[in-house]
Amino acid sequence: MIERIEEIEVEAVADVGAADSTAALEEARVRYLGRKGELTSILRGIAEIEPSRLGAVGAAANHTRKTIEALIDERLEALEAAELEASLVEDRIDVTLPGSPARAVGHLHPITRTRRLIEDVMIGLGYQVMEGPEIEHDFYNFTALNHPEDHPARMLQDTFYVDVSGPVEVEGEGPRDVLLRTHTSPMQVRAMEAEPPPIFMIVPGKTYRRDSDATHSPMFHQVEGLAVGEGITLADLKGTLLAMLREIFGPDRQIRMRPHFFPFTEPSVEFDVSCFRCDGTGNLPDGARCGLCKGIGWIELGGAGMVDPNVFGFVSESGYDPDSVTGFAFGFGIERIAMLRHGVGDLRLFFDNDVRLLEQFS
Amino acid sequence: MKVPYSWMAEYCDPGLDPEDLAEKMAMTGTEVERVLRTGPEDTTNFVIGLVTGAEPHPDADRLSVCRVDTGDGVRTIVCGAPNVAAGQTVVAALPGARMPDGTRIREAELRGVASEGMICSESELGLGAESDGILVLEDGIAVPGSPAADAVGLDEVVLELEVTPNRTDCFSIYGVAREAHAITGADLGSPPWADGEIDRGGAAAGVISVTVEDPDLCPRFTARAFTGVKVGPSPGWLRSRLAAAGQRAINNVVDITNYVMLLTGQPLHAFDLDLVPGGALSVRPATQGERVTTLDGVERELDDGMLLVCDRDGPAAIAGVMGGTAAEVSDETTSVLLEAATWNGPDILKTSRELNLRSEASARFEKQLHPALAGRAQVVASQLLVELCGATAVDGMVDVAAELPDPEPIRLRAGRVERILGMEIDRDDQVESLVRLGFAVEADGEDLLVTVPPDRYFDVTREIDLVEEVGRIHDLDRLLPATLPAGSGRVGGLSRQQSLQRRAEDSLREAGLDEIVGWSFTDPGENPKLRLAVPDPRALPVSLSNPLSEDQSVMRTILLGSLLGAAQRNLSRGADRVALFESGRVYLPAAGVGPGPLGGAFPGIRRPPANEPHHLAALVCGPLDPPSWADSSPPDDFFALKGVLERLGSGLGMNVQVGPGDQPFLHPGRSGLVLVDDREIGWIGEVHPAVASQWDLGSCLAFEIALADLLAASPLGRETYSDFTPFPHVDRDLAVVVGERLSAAEISAAVDSAGGDLLVDTKIFDVYRGEGIGADEKSVALRLRFRAPDRTLDDAQVDPVLADVLAALESLGGRLRG
Ligand SMILES: [Zn+2]
Repeated sequence: MIERIEEIEVEAVADVGAADSTAALEEARVRYLGRKGELTSILRGIAEIEPSRLGAVGAAANHTRKTIEALIDERLEALEAAELEASLVEDRIDVTLPGSPARAVGHLHPITRTRRLIEDVMIGLGYQVMEGPEIEHDFYNFTALNHPEDHPARMLQDTFYVDVSGPVEVEGEGPRDVLLRTHTSPMQVRAMEAEPPPIFMIVPGKTYRRDSDATHSPMFHQVEGLAVGEGITLADLKGTLLAMLREIFGPDRQIRMRPHFFPFTEPSVEFDVSCFRCDGTGNLPDGARCGLCKGIGWIELGGAGMVDPNVFGFVSESGYDPDSVTGFAFGFGIERIAMLRHGVGDLRLFFDNDVRLLEQFS
Repeated sequence: MKVPYSWMAEYCDPGLDPEDLAEKMAMTGTEVERVLRTGPEDTTNFVIGLVTGAEPHPDADRLSVCRVDTGDGVRTIVCGAPNVAAGQTVVAALPGARMPDGTRIREAELRGVASEGMICSESELGLGAESDGILVLEDGIAVPGSPAADAVGLDEVVLELEVTPNRTDCFSIYGVAREAHAITGADLGSPPWADGEIDRGGAAAGVISVTVEDPDLCPRFTARAFTGVKVGPSPGWLRSRLAAAGQRAINNVVDITNYVMLLTGQPLHAFDLDLVPGGALSVRPATQGERVTTLDGVERELDDGMLLVCDRDGPAAIAGVMGGTAAEVSDETTSVLLEAATWNGPDILKTSRELNLRSEASARFEKQLHPALAGRAQVVASQLLVELCGATAVDGMVDVAAELPDPEPIRLRAGRVERILGMEIDRDDQVESLVRLGFAVEADGEDLLVTVPPDRYFDVTREIDLVEEVGRIHDLDRLLPATLPAGSGRVGGLSRQQSLQRRAEDSLREAGLDEIVGWSFTDPGENPKLRLAVPDPRALPVSLSNPLSEDQSVMRTILLGSLLGAAQRNLSRGADRVALFESGRVYLPAAGVGPGPLGGAFPGIRRPPANEPHHLAALVCGPLDPPSWADSSPPDDFFALKGVLERLGSGLGMNVQVGPGDQPFLHPGRSGLVLVDDREIGWIGEVHPAVASQWDLGSCLAFEIALADLLAASPLGRETYSDFTPFPHVDRDLAVVVGERLSAAEISAAVDSAGGDLLVDTKIFDVYRGEGIGADEKSVALRLRFRAPDRTLDDAQVDPVLADVLAALESLGGRLRG
């Protein structure tokens, strides 16, 4: 009898090992351990026939039963894992289909991006960012910026004037008093009226001139810079512009300042940055003339200069004495920087707002 | 200003390549726009020829067969010019010559006659516009066969300067020569007016009389008389200089006035003295509607106050702008009245702008010239009239001039240059630069006393102007160091509101919207299209007096119009959908002047003329989420955009609510007001179909809010920590049937107030209409969350509160859904 039990164990080990599915394994379990299984029958038979041998046979049968049970559990675990794998493999998706859950992110306008870049660079140099009115008094836009009464910029051909006689209430003292600012420079005077020196600020914003073609837009954006305090020099202007331009156009850039004339700065300069496409040589590596700087090696960017003492004269009550404070101011176009950085050829594209342009700037 | 190099070099020859000089000028304040070369590129084979005979061509009416001595012999040249004649000295292009237009001259047969070259006209040589006939040179100007380039300046180089408006001196050849001298140190010849001074009065006063009504408008009027004038063509050298400088040759008298203007910067005008009755001129303002025919042949109607030079019969010239035909110099002229006057710059500018008539003269006068220049011009012009026109000058000069004060020297303090420029320049170098520029300099202790010459009188008036002069001549670009302002401790940064503005813009970008930048000005028809009407302040835009066009003639009062326009353009170009936003200003009347664009008032003493609040607006046409393979029709309803708005609020740390209220341009059933802390800050809704269709748009959703109001309510960065309870919450769901018109906000408000302290949150998680619910009813499912700070809640505590909530809902007509 004990031999038979040992045989059963050997058979069971083989059957369980051969079971290749959880269903086959369940069959084996029923066969060997079930109520009608041989092992159960042996135990039951012994109890009826030879009670005296029950102890030894029972012990052997129980041992075999436990062995088989452990074997089956072990096998079951392995089979279940394999079957899960198999079913997961069957339950497949096409991972190459486009993703869908997150909404696509939109785009900031290139002018906004460029404005923020300039702001961040100047913040790093210790400047505050300020804003001023776009509908402005002639006083701030021209008079206090040392433009003579008859300056050509004041002509109707060049500057937009606001109708102060209409039904809309606009605070103005005459037909030529209120205008759309032609530059961000009026904020130089507003800021100095409001605060004693020192002042270090930039003013980004919209500006307007009566001009419209591929390189002129009646509305455009400028950034004004103003630094006023004791001991500020033209050399400081050069260093400041150089630091800014290197942040914007790359660490190898050089600056060039050409003397010029503006009513509200003296001395005045125009400033250029060395061309970043041809590295200031005017020629591309293949020998062709650089199209970006037109072979000059320099790209014209804006105007600057030392604040004219006459401008300080308008804010002397706020503590600006030209004998004790000096300062510099600069201004340039945001679109110009954006056009150069991103290769946009036509200024008007910025205000057309075609999403096919906008979506190229993340 | 076109400066022929050789003309300038007569006074100062810097000995530089024109390109190098151009570079130096650009780096010292005078931009050189271009360096032009007139004439043929290669001047070999262009020689002086002497026409020894000219016969009509046997087989062609318009051609002449000429015999031309070209030094190496006498050639036959067939010429088509009507003015060719024996005895003329001409420029001959010999076979092999390449013309400026690229044509190569060859021996050729013209109607059976062999031609060995070409006799050239001005335009063929690239020297000027004259193409009607050949260029006839002065007799004996050079021997036949000598290079034409030497005699007529065939290879002239012209610097085209962009002179800044303050530098009236550089509108003259001599002024540019002085500038070249200052920049390069090359010698400067004495000025062309150096050898003569003309006395006031004299015999001239017997021939000419001048009266000036208002000396403020005419600070100086000088006039000379010339007799025995022979009017004719100018000599070749003068014609080629004028041509190179961009002036057309007319006749010797007029050419001399133009030549002298170019040389000295002072415009002149020549009258035929015999056509000026009694030689009497007066300077007076025009009366309204007075007419004058100017030299360009146009009859012009004048406005009251435009200044005229008149003879007894009426206007003879528009002062400082252009002469009239009444006393024009012609071939018959034998005596000349030569005027050189000084006018009031702004007055000339105004007249020339109003007449839309700009001349070389007005371009100079409008920048204000010094009266001293008039005398100089008379000196130079007199010499030339005598030399070139055989004229005799009547002694003396009529000179009506206000007395000028002696120029006060300007003090240039020691150290001032360094203080402004940040670079030290030796005092000796400072003096040298100023002297080269024509200033008289005298030392006064450590300081310099500087006297300004008439050429710079209106330009250099202060110490700072002298600093600039010294700096620009001193190779500023190369020598100026690049430093940063001293003084540490400055902190740069964005204001809190500026940072929040960026965050708000980023939030919309991250919500899938593309930013546009719209025009500040718009069509006056836009507000009516948006159905905005008085008394809505947005219906009355600020308008421009001088717009470029009607559709850009008023300032926008709302961003929606810009967004609708951008959406229309994009959809018409094939976009499937657009989701746009703009962050920008609108412009409202001054009555509404309040805080500045970002909540802080603009700095400055004078209030801004108008109110310019900064708005944030979005417009979505089509689904906010683009369709995908998984979801072919994502929702594009109101709530998708409201979600964007709520996200904008939560990104700024606050709840943005929408309450009832409509706008004329919104769908009345699908719109509301945007509220923060019960304050109205904007609107949201579906654009009214009648409005959308004006922009060819279908259903679209939009919102617009005042950014300052939004940001002011943000607690961002100011949040304070409050302890949170460790005790768990209890959630209870509730479905109530209410009337269709009862809004979610009203339900929530009622629940919140009935819920007391224990109710910490109310959410609507489902709205159901249909089976089992009345026609005018809806079932609203609420999830109420209860929590106590100090204990775990059980039913006994929650149930009574729930009963209160139910009672509150019942009082609004609701009932528990069975
Ligand atoms: Zn380049």
